[in-house]
Amino acid sequence: MKELFPMKQIMGFVFSLMLTVVALAVYFLNMSFAMGMTILVVTAFIQAAVQLVVFMHAGETKDKGAIYTNVYYGVAIALVTIFGTLLTMIWGYN
Amino acid sequence: MEFFERFAIPHPSAPIYASMVAIALTIVAIIAGLTYFKKWGYLWREWLTTVDHKRIGIMYLISALLMLFRGGVDALMMRAQLAVPDNKLLDAQHYNEVFTTHGVVMIIFMAMPFIMALMNFVVPLQIGARDVAFPRLNALSFWLFFMGAMLFNISFVVGGSPDAGWTSYFPLAGNEFSTSVGSNYYMIAIQIAGLGTLMTGINFITTIFKMRAPGMTLMKMPMFTWSALITNAIIVFAFPVLTVALAMGTMDRLFGTHFFTTNNGGMDMLWANLFWVWGHPEVYILILPAFGIYSEVISTFARRNLYGYKSMVVSMVLISFMSFLVWVHHFFTMGQGALTNSIFSITTMAIAVPTGIKIFNWLFTLYKGKIEITTPMLYALLFIPLFTIGGVTGVMLGMSAADYQYHNTMFLVAHFHMVIIPGVVFAMLAGLTYWWPKMFGFMLNERLGKLAAWVIGISTLVAFMPMFFSGLDGQARRMYTYSASTGFGPLNMISFVGAIGLAVGFAIIVYNVYYSVRYASRDIGADPWNARTLEWATHSPVPEYNFAIVPHVKSAEALWDAKKKRHILFQGDYEKIHMPNNSGVPFIMSSIFFVWGFAMIFSMWAVAIIATIGIFACMAHRSVEIDHGRYISVRKIEETETKLRGAK
Ligand code: HEM
Ligand SMILES: [Cu+2]
Repeated sequence: MKELFPMKQIMGFVFSLMLTVVALAVYFLNMSFAMGMTILVVTAFIQAAVQLVVFMHAGETKDKGAIYTNVYYGVAIALVTIFGTLLTMIWGYN
Repeated sequence: MEFFERFAIPHPSAPIYASMVAIALTIVAIIAGLTYFKKWGYLWREWLTTVDHKRIGIMYLISALLMLFRGGVDALMMRAQLAVPDNKLLDAQHYNEVFTTHGVVMIIFMAMPFIMALMNFVVPLQIGARDVAFPRLNALSFWLFFMGAMLFNISFVVGGSPDAGWTSYFPLAGNEFSTSVGSNYYMIAIQIAGLGTLMTGINFITTIFKMRAPGMTLMKMPMFTWSALITNAIIVFAFPVLTVALAMGTMDRLFGTHFFTTNNGGMDMLWANLFWVWGHPEVYILILPAFGIYSEVISTFARRNLYGYKSMVVSMVLISFMSFLVWVHHFFTMGQGALTNSIFSITTMAIAVPTGIKIFNWLFTLYKGKIEITTPMLYALLFIPLFTIGGVTGVMLGMSAADYQYHNTMFLVAHFHMVIIPGVVFAMLAGLTYWWPKMFGFMLNERLGKLAAWVIGISTLVAFMPMFFSGLDGQARRMYTYSASTGFGPLNMISFVGAIGLAVGFAIIVYNVYYSVRYASRDIGADPWNARTLEWATHSPVPEYNFAIVPHVKSAEALWDAKKKRHILFQGDYEKIHMPNNSGVPFIMSSIFFVWGFAMIFSMWAVAIIATIGIFACMAHRSVEIDHGRYISVRKIEETETKLRGAK
């Protein structure tokens, strides 16, 4: 019975719905721009991770190492691009 | 009549009308020729629908060479215009269009397909595979690239060429300052070709990870395959940025959004930023396969294994990551503070370290090697000193404070030509000469090949060294003329002579191809260079299934060790081989993409919507289609093998 019931996927689904609600709240609640953006970025990254691990089954085959290396590499490049852009276009701009 | 007015050229001249006539005549001649010689069926069956990586490679090669000539003519026109002060050959508008199309054609439609050509042809052979992981996707990649290139190339006779530079900076490229459809061509044609490139990236990563011959661990892969793997990884991470930037630019131009405008919350500099987030990794996408080719050529003709295999791999992995950390060095002068600029100066200089490691590894491979100077080797040996000039000046440009002096002068133009020509173009020519016998079953003439290499090598110096000096004297890039009192005249005249020299060099290569087709021996065996890697273990030309028996690999230089240490590559008996079926869908779908792009460029919405539906219909067809491929029987394999062995 336990093997048949996709507990992990159900929990993942509930969790991703919760993340969506939190992200949606940014629109309905009154908060500062920076606060809203921070919440969106954080929930977006967690959401992407949930999708990859729970629904796209990263880590369930023997390619685990290669897949996670790729994911981490991608995340690192995304972060560098985003924060580098913020640095040049906004924070470090005269 | 009003409907057709939009296709008119905004800034016509006699040569453009002449080109229109020439293009029309060429098309008529091609159609007539195909009909007369009854080649339509052959063209469709053997080329337009093929999914064979070798044929796709050859089609990439032909397209790249065509584009090399188109871009080369642009270059000659520019150098001729600048050869003397106050020249009237081209006016300002034409000059703008010519340097824009030159840059785009050379980077996106010449250098990219050239590396794709060699990767397509060589990588599956080097890893002992029968094809790439997704053969049909590969065909789609090629045809998307091809249609993008064709779309871009008709711009100068239909509606007008883009004229905002290959970097197409906003707000100049926005509607306010670029009123013709030229910049629409830029946005859409590159988008279509870029989609193809992104698919190739995914395809080759999968191929290299999943389809290697038994025994070939990652650390036993040939260096060119390693470079292809890293390159495709960079493609997958860099091209989406270009896709997004182009989509935003398209929306600004066609749908009135304000991503890159100067008002209404737009940010024009964001284009430059996104462009270079893609653009700097792009230069490494071009140079890494070139490094891979040099590694193969140098170890083959120094007759020894590559010095420092591991450090070569590590430095490529480092380069792939670091290439994403330096993009701001392309716009140090745009107004960021000293802190930001200093950070990116340091990352820029750091990337020269792994590049330097590779140069030293090649030098150590040469040292104590038994060097044999063939044409590919000559290119490799010319590359090392010339590329060093480009690299060192790159580091000079990388110092942000100094860059205020060099930026947007001919010094910069000299830098990137001194890295791209010795780095990428020489490598492509070396690779072409090196793998030519594998592709076509005969060798190119060595004397003519070496002559061309010397002419091209020397002409590169003659054409681009003067630009370092005129740039330091203050000659700006993209300036269509100058007065005699600036004193730039003589230096530009020397450059012009160099440009002619380059044209002569390429003409010698063309003649060499003609000469070798006629006179070269067809009796050269499978391994004419006495090389070291698997592609030379099968027949030339290669049978469609590549290897009759899948090779078993025990070392990084599989063929060399089979020759010297008697490793056995092919064990066992023939078995029937599973191959993918040909398909016309990639070609049809890409043709619809062409129509879609054309409609978008000219804002013909009804056509664009119908074409969009067509594209989705092709994808739907693929989803429901049942295609299990086909088998080549053992008898057929035996026949082919006996025939090919006989031909040896
Ligand atoms: C040692 C490594 C290198 C360094 C430190 C370096 C540095 C730079 C810098 C700082 C610039 C911007 C200068 C300016 O706009 O004022 C630049 C421009 C450029 N570099 Fe390099 N570079 C290097 C290697 C390469 C390679 C290998 C390629 C291509 C294969 C390349 C292609 C280009 C191109 C195309 C541009 C000009 C883009 C434009 O504005 O149109 N560089 N380089
Ligand atoms: Cu750069």
